Amino acid sequence: MPPIAANSPLLELQDVHMHFPVREGVFLRAARSCKAVDGVSLSLRAGETLGLVGESGCGKSTLGKCIVRLHQPTSGKILFEGTNLAALKPRALKPHRRHLQMVFQDPVESLNSRHTVGEILTEPFEIHGVGDAASRRASVLALLEKVGLPAVAAERYPFEFSGGQRQRIGIARALALNPRLLVCDEPVSALDVSIQSQVLNLLLDLQRELGLTYLFIAHNLAVVKHVSDRIAIMYLGRIVELADADEIYEQPLHPYTRALLSAIPRPNPGGRRERIVLQGDVPSPINPPSGCPFHPRCPHATDRCRAELPALRPAPKLSGHTVACHYDLP
Amino acid sequence: MNARNPILEVQDLVTTFDTDGGRLTAVDGVSFGVQRGRTLGIVGESGCGKSVTALSIMRLLPQPMGRIAGGKILFDGKDLVTLPPDDMHRIRGGRIGMIFQEPMTALNPVHTIGRQLSEVFLLHRTKDKAEAWRRGTDMLRKVGIPAPEVRMGEYPHQLSGGMRQRVVIAMALACEPAVVIADEPTTALDVTIQAQILELMQSLQRDMGLAIVLITHDLGVIAETCNDVVVMYAGRVAESGPVSEIFSRPSHPYTRGLLDSIPRLEQTRKTKLNVIEGMVPSLKDLPAGCRFQNRCPFRIDRCATAPALETVTPGHETACHRWRELPAR
Repeated sequence: MPPIAANSPLLELQDVHMHFPVREGVFLRAARSCKAVDGVSLSLRAGETLGLVGESGCGKSTLGKCIVRLHQPTSGKILFEGTNLAALKPRALKPHRRHLQMVFQDPVESLNSRHTVGEILTEPFEIHGVGDAASRRASVLALLEKVGLPAVAAERYPFEFSGGQRQRIGIARALALNPRLLVCDEPVSALDVSIQSQVLNLLLDLQRELGLTYLFIAHNLAVVKHVSDRIAIMYLGRIVELADADEIYEQPLHPYTRALLSAIPRPNPGGRRERIVLQGDVPSPINPPSGCPFHPRCPHATDRCRAELPALRPAPKLSGHTVACHYDLP
Repeated sequence: MNARNPILEVQDLVTTFDTDGGRLTAVDGVSFGVQRGRTLGIVGESGCGKSVTALSIMRLLPQPMGRIAGGKILFDGKDLVTLPPDDMHRIRGGRIGMIFQEPMTALNPVHTIGRQLSEVFLLHRTKDKAEAWRRGTDMLRKVGIPAPEVRMGEYPHQLSGGMRQRVVIAMALACEPAVVIADEPTTALDVTIQAQILELMQSLQRDMGLAIVLITHDLGVIAETCNDVVVMYAGRVAESGPVSEIFSRPSHPYTRGLLDSIPRLEQTRKTKLNVIEGMVPSLKDLPAGCRFQNRCPFRIDRCATAPALETVTPGHETACHRWRELPAR
């Protein structure tokens, strides 16, 4: 592997597209396609957390799965430590896989119910041929300790654990091979409020301790803001705004970001704010609107928005803040 | 909370389930009331009994396992617990509407929206099919569905999640009920759609003088839409009172734990969040006395006896022996 410059990103996405064929008609011809991810470019620095926010169907999970190569993107580059993962064949990809792991939303469905926790956690070592039986056992116990579960957990089955504990098992499995990057896809949305904060604290601790880089995908904006250094907002397969986590909340520029932020119900009674209620629903990625994908719901849309797709451009006067809107809204 | 006469009042409700592992008490002595034109929130985590409370009010408990074992549910002077099934049938949907969490399971996938919506009118209000259809169309217009005439002929799968939830709301409100019970009505929806639905429910409430019981786990939704709130934990009321009181002066360690553990936008990023240690006890294995004691940082020996609800300020009650001693926040 070529040496990595100190400030080069750990992961860089260049114009990633993921189009799924939509088969219809008698001959199941793929006449149309669902553009789940439609030209995403972004980069992750080592040790940072990038929050990826958007509503259902915006393509955020698909993008996460492209990064860990559970999907092969239709086009574009996924540069991980300088290697383009998107172009690799399965065999060439395998040595890279251990560095990129995923934590799934549903800790019930993502753990094999017929395996003990010990077996689940041993599997990554077996697949990648790491260590012998004794060292694997020791590693499993170390993993359980790292995520705050007792050693006896190794003998038990997933159903014997609560949702929060199962998510800890999912995190332990992702950590088994000392990955560099974790893609966390809605890791706390299936959990109760009092358990959510336990798991978020664990993720923050692990990042500090192990120097992990996170792509944190979620729809709960307060959760995302709490764990992220930078935040990208996604709408209909594209990034519409990307900025420092504090800045995007203080100075949102894209009309969609503004509406999204104003729609979060806040636990401060009496503090009524002006809520921007968007009209209509998110359009289908099979048949996206012309021009700016947000124009049918945008209160500021003009003819230019209906015709011309805005590119992600640097925001005026704000460094590291990019936005995909034709206008500099006040 | 009982300054004015509540339209719906639950008194000491006890609901049990017979399971293979024996009889479980899912709701254990819950009381609250809601007045016309007001919204009462019930908040708690999974398994706290909030949905079972809603199903008990509607007398829709899964049969034959679920049973109301004690208490009263007073609606309009009548006790729903002892009401004959036929009378209950008239009240359900007619006087008390219900909005469910998952609009796809609340709607029948093989019938058109129009058929399902006019059925409500045919059951409760009219014998005339054309009249029922017309009133159904009006109702869809009222909940903000564009081209209601077209939508009446469509099937649930042809609508988006937000539109389906609007249909469910239209069905719940079709007969202008006095009370609506909404069980996590926006949990399955995206935030921008959630904002639309909450706004819609509030404007319909203003127009119709509805009393709403809103069940949710989201403290933000409670803060923005409710007048009063009941915090439930493991089948019991931990604390109840006006929303402003509960959020500014929470007087139960569980309520405090909940409020402190949610990440807030104004908080410094990447700092450690407060947590409630441990987890909710299983209904099979509840501790004697206060049910929160195994997670409570203020636990003392006296917590082995169940705390009664004590009045903090008029209308604000808490079930904690030590509420007076809790440190200022």
